[in-house]
Amino acid sequence: MKPALLAEFETPEALLSAIEALHARGYRKLDAFTPYPVHGLEKALRLPRSKLPWMVLPFALTGGGGCYSLQLYLNGIDYPINVGGRPPHSAPAFIPITFEMLVLSAALAGLILFLVLCRLPELHHPIFEVEGFDRASQDRFWLAIDERDAKLVRGHTEPELQGLGASRVAWTSNPPRPPSEATAGGGAP
Amino acid sequence: MTEPLILGKPSDRELSEQLLSVVWRPQSRLWSLAFGAAGAGTALFFYCVYVTFTTGIGTWGNNIPVGWAFGIINFVWWVGIGHAGTFISAILLLLEQPWRTSINRFAEGMTLFAVIQAAMFPVLHLGRPWFAYWLAPYPSTLQVWPQFRSALPWDAAAITTYFTVSLLFWYVGLIPDFASLRDRAPGRLRRVIYGIFALGWRGSTRQLAHYRLLYVLLAGLATPLVVSVHSIVSSDFAMGLTPGWHATIFPPFFVAGAIFSGFAMVLTLLLPVRRIFHLENVVTQRHIGALAKMILVTAWIVIGAYIIEFFAAWYSASEYESYQYFIARPTAPGAAVFWVQMVCNAVVPQLLWSRRVRESGIALWIISVLVNVGMWAERYVIIVLSLQREFLPARWSEFVPTWVDIGLFVGTIGFFSLLFLIFLRLFPFIPVAEVKELNHELRKGHG
Repeated sequence: MKPALLAEFETPEALLSAIEALHARGYRKLDAFTPYPVHGLEKALRLPRSKLPWMVLPFALTGGGGCYSLQLYLNGIDYPINVGGRPPHSAPAFIPITFEMLVLSAALAGLILFLVLCRLPELHHPIFEVEGFDRASQDRFWLAIDERDAKLVRGHTEPELQGLGASRVAWTSNPPRPPSEATAGGGAP
Repeated sequence: MTEPLILGKPSDRELSEQLLSVVWRPQSRLWSLAFGAAGAGTALFFYCVYVTFTTGIGTWGNNIPVGWAFGIINFVWWVGIGHAGTFISAILLLLEQPWRTSINRFAEGMTLFAVIQAAMFPVLHLGRPWFAYWLAPYPSTLQVWPQFRSALPWDAAAITTYFTVSLLFWYVGLIPDFASLRDRAPGRLRRVIYGIFALGWRGSTRQLAHYRLLYVLLAGLATPLVVSVHSIVSSDFAMGLTPGWHATIFPPFFVAGAIFSGFAMVLTLLLPVRRIFHLENVVTQRHIGALAKMILVTAWIVIGAYIIEFFAAWYSASEYESYQYFIARPTAPGAAVFWVQMVCNAVVPQLLWSRRVRESGIALWIISVLVNVGMWAERYVIIVLSLQREFLPARWSEFVPTWVDIGLFVGTIGFFSLLFLIFLRLFPFIPVAEVKELNHELRKGHG
């Protein structure tokens, strides 16, 4: 995340109404940090629905299909054994492991894709240096306006946030940018 | 259903304080005592494993015709206990049952540790456990592949998947609470360790959007696993011809029994923990009552399965089946176990019809322990009593467990308790973020 202006709110309701107000005033690059999922927050931030399940689907199908083919090849083609007269391609007997491997691939792919989508693990982040931000995991609700937001004006937005009920307003310190982001643009304040 | 899920009107801060502090509160004498006992049990377990490895499977009481005994009884029993954890955390999440919230992490921990105990037995009972990897399809120089038409490789796949998905589900659920601990735990060392586990979680809404879908996705994946794992375990039996095993009722019967014993184990563990950690405000009477009612419901499913089993044996007109059910089980050697099973699984749970019993902690605890005993007896009856009275009377014999058998069984209880006690000390065993969310919803709902 780029440098951002942060504001602390005491209740989820205050956070929600501040987001609505800011959105009405034309702010677009907003994010929120809450100790637990707050109902309606995703809608207020106009976030699209996560594509995670669709991204997991091909991995699940590959895991299941690959496992079925493997069983068919090993027990049906490469080393067929006659067990009680069952055909080499004994589909019903291959289903349980196929199903298990489908679920296993889906679960593992789900976790990895989740980490990729959330850019985790990222153990250090400049936002953790903001004073009081540690309460975002306890009982405080933080709002962030990305520094690149067209409407954000230093010295002007801070009182605006306080007017909306923020108990604390702070900037994230300008971080030394990691090399991967150095070319991605976005000016320093 | 008018009783509250969270007592009082705690603020987010109070909930954080109360539920996270279980991790850094100094340990009590009681805990050290329990830890010592569990450690002794664990030592016993590993000693018996050592004996099995070095001397051989002959140290067990297994012998023809009873080629499967304690090893598989313990395996099926432990795997069954795990099921209620997944049931509470996954199925009740999908059904949007708010009463799962305070107890799901607890139940998931129980699942993980029970599955660890279970998974060791199939490996140990191989006789040559160091060849367990032969179950995996790897290109060996022996040029022999595993036989996927057998139910035993199914078991390996089912247990591995069940354990892995349960672990992921548990860990993903813990991430926000790890972040909470990173920000609150006393001492830099703890903060760093919990911070590493939290992966840098910030609770941003963009992250939460993915997080919530992942959580529901994992729940959706874990749900069919509950059914499939025990159905596959039961197929190990049902695919054989032994009278007492060869029954189509087995998959649903096993699943019901598993959830039955699992809920009993949740209560066995939850009641003392709730008392010791003073969690009456978040684990309320309503949670306990709901668990008790689930035990009653699953008890009746199990009773239904017993009736069908006996009916099918009679209706099949097979001499061997009839003998197995109507003569061998009630009267043959080991018949006492059959009667223990019937009393503990069919009669004792009926006490739960009474509201007074459901509200009495001690009575509930005793019932839940008896249900676990009954379910262990059920597995004993299915495995041992069936095998010792197979088709040929000339081959009938009796099974007597050795001290290694008993040591392994008692030892797993110790090992399970040890893992559970460590879990209680290191992790917030009540999902803090989820309880706060529920608390917020309830406050909003009641104005």
